[in-house]
Amino acid sequence: MADAARLRTPATTAAVQRALEGHTRPWSEYIFQGLLFMALLISLGFLLWLLGDIFIRSLPVWTDRGVGGFVGSNLSSDPLKAGIAQGLFGSIVLMGIVVVLVLPIGIAAAIYLEEYATDNAVTRLLNTTVRNLAGVPAVVYGLLGLAVFVAIMKPVDGLNNGRNLLAGGLTLAIVVLPIVIITAAEALRSVPKPIREAGFGVGATKWEVVRSHVLPYAAPGIFTGVILTIARAFGETAPLLLVGAAAAGFGQAANATVFERVFGPYTALPTTIFSWARQPQEEFKALTAAAIVVLLAVVLIINAIAIILRNRYERRW
Amino acid sequence: MSVNTPVRPDPSAPPPLTVRLGEGDAAQAAEIDDPVFELHNFDAFYGTFQAIRGITMDVAPNKITALIGPSGSGKSTILRWLNRMNDLIPGATMGGEVLYHGVNLFDKRVDPVEVRRRIGMVFQKPNPFPKSIYENVAFGPRVAGFKGKMDDLVEESLRRAAIWDEVKDKLKQPGTALSGGQQQRLCIARAIAVQPDVILMDEPCSALDPVATLRIEELMWELKQNYTIVIVTHNMQQAARASDQTVFMTMSEDRAGVLVETGPTAQIFTNPQNKLTEDYVSGRFG
Repeated sequence: MADAARLRTPATTAAVQRALEGHTRPWSEYIFQGLLFMALLISLGFLLWLLGDIFIRSLPVWTDRGVGGFVGSNLSSDPLKAGIAQGLFGSIVLMGIVVVLVLPIGIAAAIYLEEYATDNAVTRLLNTTVRNLAGVPAVVYGLLGLAVFVAIMKPVDGLNNGRNLLAGGLTLAIVVLPIVIITAAEALRSVPKPIREAGFGVGATKWEVVRSHVLPYAAPGIFTGVILTIARAFGETAPLLLVGAAAAGFGQAANATVFERVFGPYTALPTTIFSWARQPQEEFKALTAAAIVVLLAVVLIINAIAIILRNRYERRW
Repeated sequence: MSVNTPVRPDPSAPPPLTVRLGEGDAAQAAEIDDPVFELHNFDAFYGTFQAIRGITMDVAPNKITALIGPSGSGKSTILRWLNRMNDLIPGATMGGEVLYHGVNLFDKRVDPVEVRRRIGMVFQKPNPFPKSIYENVAFGPRVAGFKGKMDDLVEESLRRAAIWDEVKDKLKQPGTALSGGQQQRLCIARAIAVQPDVILMDEPCSALDPVATLRIEELMWELKQNYTIVIVTHNMQQAARASDQTVFMTMSEDRAGVLVETGPTAQIFTNPQNKLTEDYVSGRFG
């Protein structure tokens, strides 16, 4: 009733001034806002605590051996000599394999789903399946990789019974493929229909429209998605453990040939971290922390590249 | 009034009009010689919804034919079937027949891509490719396998679309940077570049200001020397000003679009034969 009375007040300057001024926001508003902010602080706080803790633990490694000494050294049972050179090499090769496999297959699958498949029950099932596959835990794909890729490599690869970088890369590619398909499909979908119609309207075929227009305009979104996916794959540990990225008892010599490096026993950065974390010696704790710092740095750099690319090339329709 | 009365064999004696809505034999004001399109009992559906029922009409060559009528009367739907653009819409189906120069457009042997090359389209909202002005025009001819001098074709097309003088110094700039009216003329240039026979225009001026609208209308008058133009418009003044033939459609009780009356624009606007047409063009309805 008070509101109604206020509305009826004649709109003289004095009345308007009375009505508009002097009202403060109620306390409940501030309390609610404070609670929301607390929720944010809790989640960010733990993350910062964790990061800070890891960084402080890793400090001895950086001060005693320097970044080059740690990053450039091979695995060793002597914590004073151990480094992540092999792990970094393994991870980079794995990512290379993932990109080469996932980029064409993922984009092609997305083009099919978005541009060619007619909207029917089968297509909807395919779409749902892809989404579900993206949610399957990576360790399950690790088992698949062990059963399929390692088994296939076994007869060819005598160095490590099929547990090589190629099998690892294939497994990681399968892990991220559904995510790439989803992000690529979203990027394709964001190209407005009138652009396609314009292409068809001058007598272009579907493939000409896709190749000359839809795909180029969707490319920034697709590449951003792929880069973010790579960042995720970079830290993926469980499937690699299953397909045999070993870190302990690693017998690979520093002067190994490229062939031996790709088809022999290998390790990746996350698996190195995993195996160091299990070492009983106190010195390995600092090494583990340092390796985590490197892993996080790489992931952050990849994400930053993706964000820069997106801000620079993304098209607003 | 700037309406040109089209030359017909016997303009003095149009056949009497008998309109039975939706029965597929709506009145034909006059037989058109050598029609570009002949629609016979044309139906269109989106899924189970019937958007158009029983349209029978002819479209005259080298004339501007305006489709007018209230929202939902199926004007755009007809247009989008004329170059088989609706093939691309899931669930869109049709019945009846559309002959294009005597050829059934929906024959299995007809290639929709070739149809769209011959029957170009200009859309409601200007939709230039986010590429250079030059590339916007050159894309169509390129996919059509044009072997001549592309620079000349691009210039010629832009000239015909009355936009050359405005863009000749910035052909490398993106077409999307132009103003709305310029974008729409660029889209017309793009449509012309593949040397079509017909240009379909789906409310080409609805997103434009009056000055840009007038330029497009003037352009249409020039283009009809070489092309047959079918335009959908919500703007009755535009239909009255800028068309030779007018087709009035309306929505029947079950929301299917039906044809009410078709004839020379001057007749539709000054002496309509049907009460519905009269109400609509005089602004009493719709």
